[in-house]
Amino acid sequence: MALAETAVDRATFVEWLQRVGDNVLILGHRVSEWCGHSPVLEEDIALANQALDLIGQCQLWLGLAGEIEGKGRSADAIAYLRDAAAFRNVLLVERPNGDFGHTLMRQFLFDAWHIELLRALKGSSDSRVAGIAAKAEKEVAYHLERSADLVIRLGDGTEESRQRMEKALKSLWQYTGEMFMDDALDIAMAGAGIAPLPSSLKPAWDATVSEVLAEATLTHPGEAYQHKGGRKGVHSEHLGYILAEMQFLQRAYPGAIW
Amino acid sequence: MYAQLVKSEGTKSREEMSPEEIAFQERIDRGEKIEPKEWMPEGYRKTLIRQIGQHAHSEIVGQLPEGNWITRAPTLERKAILLAKVQDEAGHGLYLYSAAETLGVSRDDLLDKLHSGNMKYSSIFNYPTLNWADIGAVGWLVDGAAIMNQVPLQRTSYGPYSRAMIRICKEESFHQRQGYDIMMKMAAGTPEQKAMAQDAMNRFWYPALMMFGPSDKDSVHSAQSMQWKIKINTNDELRQKFVDQTVPQAHYLGLTIPDENLKWNEETGAWDFSEPDWSEFFAVIAGNGPCNEERLGARVKAWEDGEWFRDGLMAHAKKADARRAAAKHAAE
Repeated sequence: MALAETAVDRATFVEWLQRVGDNVLILGHRVSEWCGHSPVLEEDIALANQALDLIGQCQLWLGLAGEIEGKGRSADAIAYLRDAAAFRNVLLVERPNGDFGHTLMRQFLFDAWHIELLRALKGSSDSRVAGIAAKAEKEVAYHLERSADLVIRLGDGTEESRQRMEKALKSLWQYTGEMFMDDALDIAMAGAGIAPLPSSLKPAWDATVSEVLAEATLTHPGEAYQHKGGRKGVHSEHLGYILAEMQFLQRAYPGAIW
Repeated sequence: MYAQLVKSEGTKSREEMSPEEIAFQERIDRGEKIEPKEWMPEGYRKTLIRQIGQHAHSEIVGQLPEGNWITRAPTLERKAILLAKVQDEAGHGLYLYSAAETLGVSRDDLLDKLHSGNMKYSSIFNYPTLNWADIGAVGWLVDGAAIMNQVPLQRTSYGPYSRAMIRICKEESFHQRQGYDIMMKMAAGTPEQKAMAQDAMNRFWYPALMMFGPSDKDSVHSAQSMQWKIKINTNDELRQKFVDQTVPQAHYLGLTIPDENLKWNEETGAWDFSEPDWSEFFAVIAGNGPCNEERLGARVKAWEDGEWFRDGLMAHAKKADARRAAAKHAAE
């Protein structure tokens, strides 16, 4: 048994793993909605690849959650058999895709946070967490490189592309703050050395975002009201529809082997 | 077969050929590969563009019926496998458009022709995927039929096409196995799952047979293509091979093939089977299949909605070029 498990109770650890795993599950779902519908063939390939990375990471995080919980739940059981209020993803990842620029902006804002989280988790006191983070970091470094590059090119592209990116940024900005809010669970996890405090990731995220937005000639939104709730299970209306779709077969045919 | 009813030229006799055409035909007969910059008859080039283009279009339209189930895949592993598969299909489209470009046609031109209805994609993708077993059936039957056609095309006379086929066949055989794996789970599953598997079989059997194109007696374009080794086997040969391969697999799954006339023929050592309803095939090709409007509509929408994105990237590339040139100028 890994060292850190004794430092926080199982329920706390499992809840935290669901926060991490649910983020990538729901974002992977959103990204996969583009499959076959993106503006150019190379983007279809890139987005399918990215969705694949995210779903793969979700299998690892939720798999570990099931293992630590110790009640015999698989990653699939956790993904497919919880209702919306038990999901712990941030609101940002359940935002609808919008146009392709909106999807890319959501991805960039998430990737810039995700990479900092994974870098910190590589030093986790729990070797299993550190192992998953090391694997995911390689994938996410590429996600960020790609999303940042496209945000820059579309921001500094045509007048229309700039306006669309500006609009996406304004609309999504209010969902970014939740990624950096500390609560009692985060403090316990940080105390055990398993995970960083969310607030500690903010300076590096701010730096990346400011640099990319400047190069993209986009206006930094600055201080704004920030929504929250996803990490505690209070979601937007969108999540219910994602789950209705995602969980349909498992719910309609309980116990079937696929 | 992902290329159906590809229009070709009439066959020429040796007496009608120019010296260049004779030399070209002799190279093909010797089994040599034709490469992009080498001389080729205009008809060869045009037929290949039509065939490779249709094949490429089939790959990208083919993302849609399978993509229809990605968000509903029943487990995380099935979702990951399906994503990887659909990503492969897009990759196949990319190789094939690139192969077509070596013949002097741009991808954008080919896409314009697809969007305006002047080029076709395989009839099979105009059928809906209605239950999860359909994803198994698409892998097993549709990819199975595609492989039957594409394996011989690895030996096709045009070098870039042949090399694209070699890569594609490797991935397709993996797809077929994963499709069959879904069918095995469904066929061994709950009564509801078995019913889904049989339902998928019932709906996909004849459309899969149609993938090989019309019966040889009605296939007007084959002779010249076969002489050029753009096409290696006749439609009926491939269809028979597909049936012979698939019937035992269906039996192993415990599924019934929806054909009362399906019968082992001792004399021929092959299965006798019913022809598909060719009037349905021609209706689907003419645009009247169950999903023609959705499939083509989805591709056109993706292209039109994405125009600002492509324009934005082009504009940025131009600005970046101008900045580099200005910096270079200032440094000199």
